[in-house]
Amino acid sequence: MDLLETQPAPEDGRGEDALVEALRMGDESEFAALVRRLGGPMLRVATSICGDRVVGEDVVQETWVAVVKGVDGFEGRSTLKTWIFSVLVRRAASAVEREGRSVPFTALASAEVEAGESPVEIERFLPADHARWPHHWASPPRPWGPSEQLGSAEVRREIESAVEDLARMQRAVITLRDLTGFTAAETCRLLEMTEGNQRVLLHRARSRVRRRLERYFAGEQR
Amino acid sequence: MSARAALTCLEMVELVTGYVEGTLLEDERHRFDAHVSHCPDCLTYVEQMRLTIDALGSVPPESISAGAERALLRAFRDWTREERGNATDPGPRRGI
Repeated sequence: MDLLETQPAPEDGRGEDALVEALRMGDESEFAALVRRLGGPMLRVATSICGDRVVGEDVVQETWVAVVKGVDGFEGRSTLKTWIFSVLVRRAASAVEREGRSVPFTALASAEVEAGESPVEIERFLPADHARWPHHWASPPRPWGPSEQLGSAEVRREIESAVEDLARMQRAVITLRDLTGFTAAETCRLLEMTEGNQRVLLHRARSRVRRRLERYFAGEQR
Repeated sequence: MSARAALTCLEMVELVTGYVEGTLLEDERHRFDAHVSHCPDCLTYVEQMRLTIDALGSVPPESISAGAERALLRAFRDWTREERGNATDPGPRRGI
């Protein structure tokens, strides 16, 4: 995972050139290593955008074809990883558009943002006309237990299920940002959305996942 | 604008992502800090958002199945053979 999450250090620049060259030459073991390194994250991103695992798998397959056939034209203006993911996101977006809605993929973000949504249920705050504490917590969050329980397999499943249940563009943004490690700027470029929309969608997505965890931990303590 | 009332908890939950991302304006950030420094509930909330982000980052992706990997490698061999075939043999293609 670390390999994916960190931008290559300057001295890796040559390593990446060598990898690109190896792909151009049809080096199978380098290709296999790349597939093993990026395959999982690619499938996760494609599935998050398409909302369907089988469609996601097709998109990943199409992407590798496009990458191998297009690697001669790769100019190294972005990292190889970012380039591969931009091919992937474009294919996933076309798959979504093919689903039959006439809405262009790039319009989906704004539509979700405009829908509005509060990060915490409004009932958990005191009313605006409260004499002493307007809009302060009526039902505050309870601290969670020791942080190690956040790493358990069960919590991970809860997180995965919470992400799966998000609206499409929230899911795409949180998957690129928090699960895959892309920066805000890279995510905006990949999804062709504004910085503002990216932040709103990330905010709502993270808030929803926090709520799910809160509910999960509350249930566990009972 | 600087003399605005202190932040409420309801405003805090809206600003928390901007705070964690470091994109708040300076004035907003000061109001945020001032609020959280004397509101333990909001401090808990900010902490939970941070824990949530960390937890999201620690969920490993499924790895690609062995079968899918083999299929990709087989295809890779074909694609590169095709490519080379095109480069060295500009003559008419077999088949169709």
